[in-house]
Amino acid sequence: MATMKFMCDAERCIECNGCVTACKNANEVPWGIQRRRVVTIDDGEPTEVSISVACMHCDDAPCIAVCPTETLYQRDDGIVLHDKDLCIGCGYCLYACPFGAPQFPKQNAFGERGKMDKCTFCAGGPAETKEEEYEKYGANRIAEGKLPLCAEMCSTKALLAGDAQEVADIFRQRVVQRGHEDGAWSGNQRRERNRFQGASVDDLAYDAARQG
Amino acid sequence: MQTLTGMQRPLLCLAISILFALTLGSFAMAAEQDGERANGWTPQGEIATSVGPITADTWRQVRDGENFIDTRADSTYNLINQSGEYWRQVRNRWISPGGLIAVGGMLAIITVFYLIVGKKTLDSPRTGRTMLRWTAVERAMHWTLASLFIALALTGLNLLYGKFVFRPLFGDGFWAPMISGTKLIHNYLGPLFGIMLIIVLAKWLTINIPKKHDWTWFKQGGGIIGKAHPDAGFANAGEKGWYWLLASVGLLVVASGLVLDFPNFDQGRDTMQWANMVHAIGSLGLVAVALGHIYIGTLGTEGAFEAMKTGYVDETWAKQHHNLWYDEVMQKADAAPEEKAVDDGTAKAHRPN
Repeated sequence: MATMKFMCDAERCIECNGCVTACKNANEVPWGIQRRRVVTIDDGEPTEVSISVACMHCDDAPCIAVCPTETLYQRDDGIVLHDKDLCIGCGYCLYACPFGAPQFPKQNAFGERGKMDKCTFCAGGPAETKEEEYEKYGANRIAEGKLPLCAEMCSTKALLAGDAQEVADIFRQRVVQRGHEDGAWSGNQRRERNRFQGASVDDLAYDAARQG
Repeated sequence: MQTLTGMQRPLLCLAISILFALTLGSFAMAAEQDGERANGWTPQGEIATSVGPITADTWRQVRDGENFIDTRADSTYNLINQSGEYWRQVRNRWISPGGLIAVGGMLAIITVFYLIVGKKTLDSPRTGRTMLRWTAVERAMHWTLASLFIALALTGLNLLYGKFVFRPLFGDGFWAPMISGTKLIHNYLGPLFGIMLIIVLAKWLTINIPKKHDWTWFKQGGGIIGKAHPDAGFANAGEKGWYWLLASVGLLVVASGLVLDFPNFDQGRDTMQWANMVHAIGSLGLVAVALGHIYIGTLGTEGAFEAMKTGYVDETWAKQHHNLWYDEVMQKADAAPEEKAVDDGTAKAHRPN
């Protein structure tokens, strides 16, 4: 069976937030909830890099491990889903998640957080009818044979979703194409050079100008 | 020689070029597939315009949550929140089994102790004369605090261990309302317990000041070690220990519980992870010790439960378990019989230290 994964190619991400918008639109999540986000490190500097993050559907998911109600569970294809009927809003998944994926509609006194919401890999969740499923969890595109809308709509195909093996193959091809002889297992040329000479922001700016 | 060389040269050239082509071809294969090289594309060119190198410092930044922006509104979420995994490991691998060992172990010790030693009975028959030990207000306070403690302990244990028991046993139809009710009870009664605990601690502070004889009491294990009854005032050293445990660990549990219970103050996840660990370790410890307190106050000691039930204890019980208190009450009674320390116990002198 396939294991579904997201992968964001930081080299390609242009921080357009198309994935964020696509997700909101596909899943009609409540106001204030944003299942996908784009994180930018070193914003405005030559070393700036952006990456789109949502639930990474971990193999050994910390949220599942700490949930006191077993709201969270993993499907055979690796997708981590949640059962809103079981959620008590304790917030443990939020404490545990490395990616800040679980979100709550409220943050009130006496731990009144409402029911947790997070990325479903566009695979819906447990419900009696399709309408109820859409209402609670948003789209179930996986059941229709489609991939998550965020990845489908990514303008630079930075965000990839699908079977881990295929996603890894695509990424490996890209990396080889970029000039890494061994699929990026060793450092790239600039990194190697910087490691010996000591990296500085000025060097990077100079290099980019010189090499056109 | 001449002809041979003349024939060898093209052969040699061919052999070298084939070798060359084989070696280079394998390197160039991947790059040439798209034919992009014709447009001036080189691997070096792409690397030159690529994002900066990911260095150890980049990962340090990610780990420490430095210098990042996030497109989510009011977000404090770093790219990777490493502490979550530490919290999960501590909670699931140490606190959960540790709490089970502490609480289960305490139950086992109490059971074994009861089966072997049995109830601590009165050494001499009751005199029938009673002494006031706990006023109605004090008893009300004790039982309010005790009820809240038991409710919080049961719901807290359910939050930590319930999913392993009740969900498989009764299914989701039972489990869903049970666990959501559990969380409601725990979160709303918690602050009440905190208030009540502070009131009780304030009320009973003066009777729990440690004295010299308390140390002897501890060394003799409250009378378990050796045959003698160690000296004890109104509160014995065991009761004082329980008081100071509640005054320290109890307040810590209340404080950490409030941190968890009121996320509306925008405290971060890291703060709540710490609060959760302190809360869990402290409260599991308190539950274990409380089992001992409950045992001693009910099954373990003859005449102890009636003190907190009726407020009065028998003279014999007082003499046996709280001899210093008994002596002082009797002295007061001798000095001022009108205060009637014994019998109806209305005297204020019922609790010198």
